[in-house]
Amino acid sequence: MRQTYDVIIIGGGVVGSAIARELSRYKLKIAVLEKELDVCTETSGRNSAVLHAGFNNRPGSLMAKFCVEGNSGFDRTARELDIPFKRTGKVVVGFDEEDLAGLKALKDQGDRNGCPGLELIDHNRIKELAPFLDGEFALYSPMTGILNTFTYTIALAENAHQNGVEYFFDREVTGIVRTDQSETGINRGSPEYEIQTKSGKSLIKDGLSRTPYEHFRTRWVINSAGLNADVIARMLGNSDYTIYPCRGEYSILDRKLAPYLTMPAYPVPNAKTGGLGIHLTPTIDGTILIGPSAEYIDAKDDYASTQSVMDLLIEDGARIFPPLQANSIIRSYTGIRPKLVSKNMGGYADFLIEERDTYPQAINLIGIESPGLTSSLPIARRIVEMIGQKEYLQSNPDFDPHRNGILCFKDQTRDRQRSLIQSDPNYGEIICRCETVTRAEILAAIRNPLGVSTLSGIKVRTRAMMGRCQGGYCQTRITELLMQEKNLQPQEVLYLRNSSNMFTGRVRDI
Amino acid sequence: MTAENKRKDMNIPSQQDSQQLVSQPASQPVCSDVIIIGGGPAGLAAAIELKRLGVADILILERENEPGGILRQCIHDGFGLVRFNESLSGPEYAARFIDQLKELKIESRTNTSVLEITPDKKVIAASRQGLTTYQARAIVLAMGCRERTREAIRIPGSRLAGVYTAGVAQSYLNLKNIMIGRSVVILGSGDIGLIMARRLTLEGAQVKAVFEIQPHANGLPRNIEQCLNDFNIPLFLSHTVTNIKGRNRLEGVTVSQVDENLMPIPGTEKDYACDTLIISVGLIPENELSEMAGVILDPRTHGPLVDENYQTTVSGIFAAGNVLQVHDLVDFVSLEAERLAASVAGYLETDTLLSADFTPAEFIPIEADQSIAFTVPQHVSGQADFILSLRVRHPFRNCQIVLLQDDQIISSVKLRKAIPAEMIQIPVKSDDLVSREKITVVLEYE
Repeated sequence: MRQTYDVIIIGGGVVGSAIARELSRYKLKIAVLEKELDVCTETSGRNSAVLHAGFNNRPGSLMAKFCVEGNSGFDRTARELDIPFKRTGKVVVGFDEEDLAGLKALKDQGDRNGCPGLELIDHNRIKELAPFLDGEFALYSPMTGILNTFTYTIALAENAHQNGVEYFFDREVTGIVRTDQSETGINRGSPEYEIQTKSGKSLIKDGLSRTPYEHFRTRWVINSAGLNADVIARMLGNSDYTIYPCRGEYSILDRKLAPYLTMPAYPVPNAKTGGLGIHLTPTIDGTILIGPSAEYIDAKDDYASTQSVMDLLIEDGARIFPPLQANSIIRSYTGIRPKLVSKNMGGYADFLIEERDTYPQAINLIGIESPGLTSSLPIARRIVEMIGQKEYLQSNPDFDPHRNGILCFKDQTRDRQRSLIQSDPNYGEIICRCETVTRAEILAAIRNPLGVSTLSGIKVRTRAMMGRCQGGYCQTRITELLMQEKNLQPQEVLYLRNSSNMFTGRVRDI
Repeated sequence: MTAENKRKDMNIPSQQDSQQLVSQPASQPVCSDVIIIGGGPAGLAAAIELKRLGVADILILERENEPGGILRQCIHDGFGLVRFNESLSGPEYAARFIDQLKELKIESRTNTSVLEITPDKKVIAASRQGLTTYQARAIVLAMGCRERTREAIRIPGSRLAGVYTAGVAQSYLNLKNIMIGRSVVILGSGDIGLIMARRLTLEGAQVKAVFEIQPHANGLPRNIEQCLNDFNIPLFLSHTVTNIKGRNRLEGVTVSQVDENLMPIPGTEKDYACDTLIISVGLIPENELSEMAGVILDPRTHGPLVDENYQTTVSGIFAAGNVLQVHDLVDFVSLEAERLAASVAGYLETDTLLSADFTPAEFIPIEADQSIAFTVPQHVSGQADFILSLRVRHPFRNCQIVLLQDDQIISSVKLRKAIPAEMIQIPVKSDDLVSREKITVVLEYE
């Protein structure tokens, strides 16, 4: 049994990581339990990576409030966390009268939500802002921005970690027991919970089997389990909610097309589908995303792409972005929205953040879908507030809001590159040719503060293997570096999750 | 961790590092007559031939720690039958050139990655010694090609461990001593896929089948024979993978038959359990650097547009080997690079190749009919003899390839068979040209 924590956060997505970071401003003993081997492996890492302005959400909703708040504060966050971020602006383009009516309604809603600077613009203005886009008129939102959702979540987690938060990966929560109550239900003192976790790793190591179960004690439980928030809520006695997984497929376009699209371009959303429609988004890293579709599915872990949607993305995308061609696609991916509304209900429910008297000091965050990325810090501050209402939170005098990321060699001037190589020759060794990632960056990623050791972990921290050759050149050498640094055998190298073993062993024993 | 890597990671310069650590200032580029980008088969052959032709000042920039390119991982034999009249392994074939490189004292800088080429022939490269700017009078593009991926051909399904391109699989097995899986399905009948079918079988994996979307094989007939038939590995034509299944490591694939438009036929799906899928669906010349220099590419070859001197659309920048067009045999890469060397040597004499009154607009275009996938060169000045390389789109028997100008036959070659897997080369003399009108390449068959 580990010692008792003040707060345990279940889920290392962007919301869990933001909560961890904001709580680390106070003198609390905090842990994050994540079932996967890295942060940001599910919904948080599988979206459009857009910092929304807040005009898509119902006035008065938490979504609208948090989104507008998260948007306006992000410049400072990006500076503190040393992450790339750009206010590109965004257009929602329409073609006919019905679209125009939709855009007007959207603008009105945005104005009421307090989104600054929204404008209805005509065809000519669209062409000025984004010459390669099609559309008769559009809603222009100057505050919308783009970021790298992996870098952002990792930065939050690393900043939390450097301020004392402990991260436990490969800990799937399998049970939660309230331990301060006797069997007859009489409280013995302040609330306390015991959380049981299970590891998915092979249980036999060095010939000894070990138990996959561990137990953590805590005074506060924060359920930010995303797709599984309903499962965790049930462990906390709250069976009122169901998460409906709604899959969205994306494709990524070659960076050669980047000059043709400078800001996200969305169609007028269809209120019924519960998504924002298939849109095009430039990424902060210089590629373009197209997607997502919206399809309710049965499994919460079915990330497969489908032929029909892959084809649809090209067809729909080319409607507003004519330069798009099938052969510009370098990769596809999917994400799953944790929706609180079923397919039949449609649309959006609001974020649900609640603590019940029957399970005091256990806060459930349910249905945190879009705009969850933009809202992550305001949500986190709300959690701080909720805890602060119950107990005095003492500031952590050592809290440092600043975190340094891995320096990106490619983005530096030639002179800076020159001096970087002189200070560390590892910057002179280009490992990933498509994305120009150096050995110094790969090593920094392998030696990440959270202790993540998957191949995917290196990928999302450096962009290595994310380019047009998809690791054809660099994957073998990155694998080799990972094995050397972490002292791994080939059969121990994992791609993303447990059992995602890349290799079966050596060709010849050495 | 090896001592070498430890040294690198602790930033302790080796002796060699410290000797060269004084990096030159940005303003003074290192000058060379010819800079060759890439030390694979094309770069090596070009360098050696240039030296033989009397060009003294040659520099090869190679990103790997030794020259040889992709040949280093090709441990099977069959290389050199045309060029040396004997069957060599990839490393043996490369060694023939690397030995001469040393003998001729041609300078090559390994572990050096080119970051940028400018239209005025500056080359910026990074190595552990620093960021260096080179100024060349002529540049030879010899970067080779990359593999088309599962993502580029948009196979639906999960993203998981166990899907490898054939070349990556080959590198793991042959260079890194890493075994990638036990039960294997191969998509694509390209040569590297066929070679890997045999290689994986020899290492104890079970290769279940090779599937090819086209109605014909894309690899050389000898590889079909020696790598599949000899090991009883079935090849299914007009089939493709339509789903990739599993969550973490590959668990199986769905394969479907395709119709004449290469579209999967519903109802023909069949599942194969496997832990590994090898993708061998074509190669793409690697021309990101060429484009930075302003070189215009041919959308058919994905390589630069060149004339009969292998000169690209930027004067003084030349290309040969797989960066120009994907070859079937490395022997032809070497021979092409050797022909390129003669042009580069000619260029260096006067910093131009063509007579002073020639303008690029006067190039004679070469056009091909629908049966022919592409030609290299794509245009000629008409001032020199050349070899026309091409590939057919479909297999043909007893056919004839005819070059026409002004409706007159200027050259023709009869072929008992022409298949997409094999590059066809036709020598053309400049004296045979009858005018400055376009040359049309036509395939005639019974």
